[in-house]
Amino acid sequence: MTQHILNISYLIASITFIVGLKMLSNPASARKGNLLAAAGMTIAILATIFLYQNSETGEHLHNHLWIFGGLLIGGIVGTLAAKKVKMTAMPEMVSLFNGMGGACAALISLIEYNHISHIISYTPNSDTHSFQSTILIIAIGLIIGSVSFSGSIIAWGKLNGKIKDYSFSGQNILNLVILAVAIGAAGYIVVHPQHQLIFYTILLLSIIYGILFVLPIGGADMPVVISLLNSFTGVAAACGGFLYGNKVMLTGGILVGAAGTLLTILMCKAMNRSLKNVLIGSFGGGATTASGGAASGQGSYKEISLSDTAMIMSYANKVMIVPGYGLAVAQAQHTCHELEKILTEKGVEVKYAIHPVAGRMPGHMNVLLAEADVSYDKLLEMEQANDEFATTDVVLILGANDVVNPAAKTDPSSPIYGMPILDVELSKNVVVNKRSMKPGYAGIENELFFKPKTSMLFGDAKKVLQDLCAEIKNI
Amino acid sequence: MNNILQWVSNNQEIIYIVILMIFVGIEVIGRVPSVLHTPLMSGANAIHGVVIIGAIIVMGKAEADNYTALILGFLAVILGMLNVVGGFVVTDRMLEMFRKKK
Repeated sequence: MTQHILNISYLIASITFIVGLKMLSNPASARKGNLLAAAGMTIAILATIFLYQNSETGEHLHNHLWIFGGLLIGGIVGTLAAKKVKMTAMPEMVSLFNGMGGACAALISLIEYNHISHIISYTPNSDTHSFQSTILIIAIGLIIGSVSFSGSIIAWGKLNGKIKDYSFSGQNILNLVILAVAIGAAGYIVVHPQHQLIFYTILLLSIIYGILFVLPIGGADMPVVISLLNSFTGVAAACGGFLYGNKVMLTGGILVGAAGTLLTILMCKAMNRSLKNVLIGSFGGGATTASGGAASGQGSYKEISLSDTAMIMSYANKVMIVPGYGLAVAQAQHTCHELEKILTEKGVEVKYAIHPVAGRMPGHMNVLLAEADVSYDKLLEMEQANDEFATTDVVLILGANDVVNPAAKTDPSSPIYGMPILDVELSKNVVVNKRSMKPGYAGIENELFFKPKTSMLFGDAKKVLQDLCAEIKNI
Repeated sequence: MNNILQWVSNNQEIIYIVILMIFVGIEVIGRVPSVLHTPLMSGANAIHGVVIIGAIIVMGKAEADNYTALILGFLAVILGMLNVVGGFVVTDRMLEMFRKKK
């Protein structure tokens, strides 16, 4: 009886995951979808604790104190961390939580392997063949979980600036060798499950692979990496589902694995890069060599004063705002909306051009501007925006850099060559707000800043926008 | 060869689920506007926190004198719960901002 209720709970949870994910894809129902999936998760967790029975012995789970203690600690820390985090730090938070999931999957593999190696060592004549498929699943879960864990931690460190890009020659080859050795060792352990040392070597190699795999990747590729690691953890969770014949882990894990992979591919396409290219991590290597050469092409740039900017904007017919990570860092989304309102009152048409990879995650800018109540129909996707630049009088670039870099079109040696960009140059005037002339996240020079149409407006985005609002009001 | 065939037929139920879920995952995410990419990634991140079910099972099966399993399992439950709760709360916070849209 309890087994049936458990199965039905899992079925309900699986359905909520699918429906929840579906609802998440529509702005109107997204929040409900998230809550629905959370409710399903709660049902699955509670049902497991109270109703789960060992398929062989029929035993219920014990150690309830430990379980609830863990749930309580994880729940409180998770809630606090998620509530306290600033909107700008959201991407690295997602990456961190993803790493926790990966570590969880790796730990499950670790414990289950210990369990099996225990059985084998106490019954020397046991047939190791019967464990082969279990060990295989355990090894896969271990590799994917550990890579996802260490990779996510590195991605988290890189996004909050604690870890710098780092690459050395031959890194790609070393990565491949490490991965190949880990997979080879996994194959070995399936046939000879009693060799514990090999198992821990796989764990170590996977963690190292995760680190080396994310370490050289910088700039525009970071969202892709997080999305990819997200789908890795999904597959690792599904391995757990395989291990226990647990349908809800299987559905949830594979669902995320498939959806995450598709999302990753969509992002790669938006940047005109192949997944293989990202995986091997050639981007970072390319960027370091290219940045040295690009510095030579500099010319002089011109600055524009606040009052001049206020002047050209308030007498423009159409202003397009291009937000980037600088806007997020300065927390300037509300001030930006303020500026938009003031200009609209003056009869200026204001729109936002959103590049798919602006910021640190796809949709980062949308979330940020939505927080400031900017209405949806003012946010243009890249294709729409590119059609409108020709009729735009002033483009105001707020802390965006790589997504407007013309080198992506003109310079085949540039690491971002081939990435679609916002064609801000089609407009009459381009005003670039940056804190300094330092290159953007991908570490490459931007010749846009030296174009005759372009003027630079240095300063923190929030401060500059506040001053701009004040100036425009006075006109 | 025989082994593989037998394994496939023993696990066919699971293999069906995997294949169907791959298509469902792709189908569900295929029509997402780019506006929702970040919340969606975050929501998916929370859903793969379902790995906590495995952590609970491991924890609950551990013998009372097997401290390695108890400690590692305890850690797994904490990490899994972090993933689940953190994931859902972060997603909710992101989506809260979309609510006030006119």
